Amino acid sequence: MRAGRLAGAVLLALLVLGPFLPMGGMRQYVLHVLIQILVWSFIGGAWSLMGRFGLVSLGHGAFLGLGAYTVTLLWNAYGLTPWLGGVVAAALTIVVALVVAYPCSRFQVVGHYFALVTLAVGEVVRLLIIAERNWTGGSLGLSLRASPSDSLLAMQFADKRVFYYASLVLWLAGLWIWYRVDRSMAREAMEAIGEDETAAASVGIHVTRFKMGITMLSAGLTAIGGVAYAQYITYVNPDTLAGIGVSLRIVFAVVLGGMYSLLGPTVGTALTIALGEYLRVVFGLRLIGMAETIYGLLLIVFIIFLPAGIYGSLRDAVTRLARPARLAGGLS
Amino acid sequence: MLAVKGLTKHFGGFAALTAVSFEVNDGEILGLIGPNGSGKTTAFNCISGALPCTAGSIRFRGEEIAGLTPDAICHRGIARTFQIPRPFRKLSILENVAVAAHFGAARRADAAEARRRAREILVTVGLPADGLASTALLGAAGLKKLELARALATGPRLLLADESLGGLDPTEMTTAAELLRRIRGELGVTIVWVEHIMATLMRVVDRVVVLDHGEKIAEGTPLDVAEDPRVVEAYLGERIVLT
Repeated sequence: MRAGRLAGAVLLALLVLGPFLPMGGMRQYVLHVLIQILVWSFIGGAWSLMGRFGLVSLGHGAFLGLGAYTVTLLWNAYGLTPWLGGVVAAALTIVVALVVAYPCSRFQVVGHYFALVTLAVGEVVRLLIIAERNWTGGSLGLSLRASPSDSLLAMQFADKRVFYYASLVLWLAGLWIWYRVDRSMAREAMEAIGEDETAAASVGIHVTRFKMGITMLSAGLTAIGGVAYAQYITYVNPDTLAGIGVSLRIVFAVVLGGMYSLLGPTVGTALTIALGEYLRVVFGLRLIGMAETIYGLLLIVFIIFLPAGIYGSLRDAVTRLARPARLAGGLS
Repeated sequence: MLAVKGLTKHFGGFAALTAVSFEVNDGEILGLIGPNGSGKTTAFNCISGALPCTAGSIRFRGEEIAGLTPDAICHRGIARTFQIPRPFRKLSILENVAVAAHFGAARRADAAEARRRAREILVTVGLPADGLASTALLGAAGLKKLELARALATGPRLLLADESLGGLDPTEMTTAAELLRRIRGELGVTIVWVEHIMATLMRVVDRVVVLDHGEKIAEGTPLDVAEDPRVVEAYLGERIVLT
């Protein structure tokens, strides 16, 4: 445990000092990839809050898109600061999530059926954005109106380092929330509900209330992730922020890393983004589609052979190896 | 304590329960018996809120509870076990019981307090008190005990025990029957007990209600009921031997 804490502290120190380490001409690129990893890890963590309890959503792209588009449209049309816009975006997303999740809970739409419902919701949001092209920009997407200079109010900065630290804080906040949920009685209640709703209700657990609570938390955080992403990229597009594609990307990354552990979503997201970048650089414009094919094959292999995820499996292995040592230490 | 009046449950065109009425007195152990498919478990499901009843009234301590959700009924002080044990497999044995202590009628808001209470209950039913083990290590008898422990941890006034002894050997059966008597004695919990294994049940219960094809055909002390011709007929002429 002490070794784990030490490793965590070293990693955090590296992340904090990261932008000032000598990287030559690579700095902008490395920062860009790191920001992507932090933001998508935050989103993955938000997804796993539901996923780990059997509420497998294949439509988190809907929440992401709602968050990103709400904040962008409010800023472009009314000049509303993203700080307030983000709150509106999260609130709106939570309401939409409740409208979908409440009937599902009441009519016991669970498991695969719940996944299918959410899959449809993700697509509906994407198609709505495309259809309402007069004010959403349709499939061409929408650029964030640039503020004349760096502005805290507009959440726009020329220097990537500002975004880097902002996303680092966001990521840490996400980990903290995940940890708090993991250590609360709500986790046990949700585990019980995830396994057997009838038995859970019979010991006094209010099934619908807990499912709504965790759904609201997960959807709200995902919307905030969408806001962060939109502010950084300053461009929103229905295909990258809503629909099946991005929804599955979130799920794959988390499943790959392991959804039952604190750092699983982060490890999975870092690996998928790094792998995607590497394949993109290696193949470039040759053999179009090869990068995606290899990416897909590797994901399938990992998911079949490491069901607890890469990080989850590694952690279990380390715990198993460490246990005899700890027992011996306890006896001496 | 519990007054069931005209309880009726239809599944489509099939009448699982037809106008069943009975009362449970404070502090007694009531046996609810009947052949397979006579509606015993359906009655439990209706009382505990797992199934909505088609018609009838269920009053618990003077309050109408028909139509309430299962968690609301649990909070009013009715706990149940399941015929086929339904443990939460991803939680440890202790967590299974602690979650019931935390969210049940007793509402032990503090997690540490819920765990302490869970350990006491585990000792009462005869499971290891550390409870750190996984539920996968429990056999049939252990799972039945866990069902009981989880139900008791909610802090009920009335326990609905569904076929607690199915699949146990004779020694385990005697221990389990003894356990129910102790639960009533030590915790002051009133019990309705559904059971197939007649001889064991008859030794423990104060009164018996007999169901057949969804209707109540007899009610009374174990001795009276065993002699009742309709009961004898319902069990295909098999006479219940009281030992």
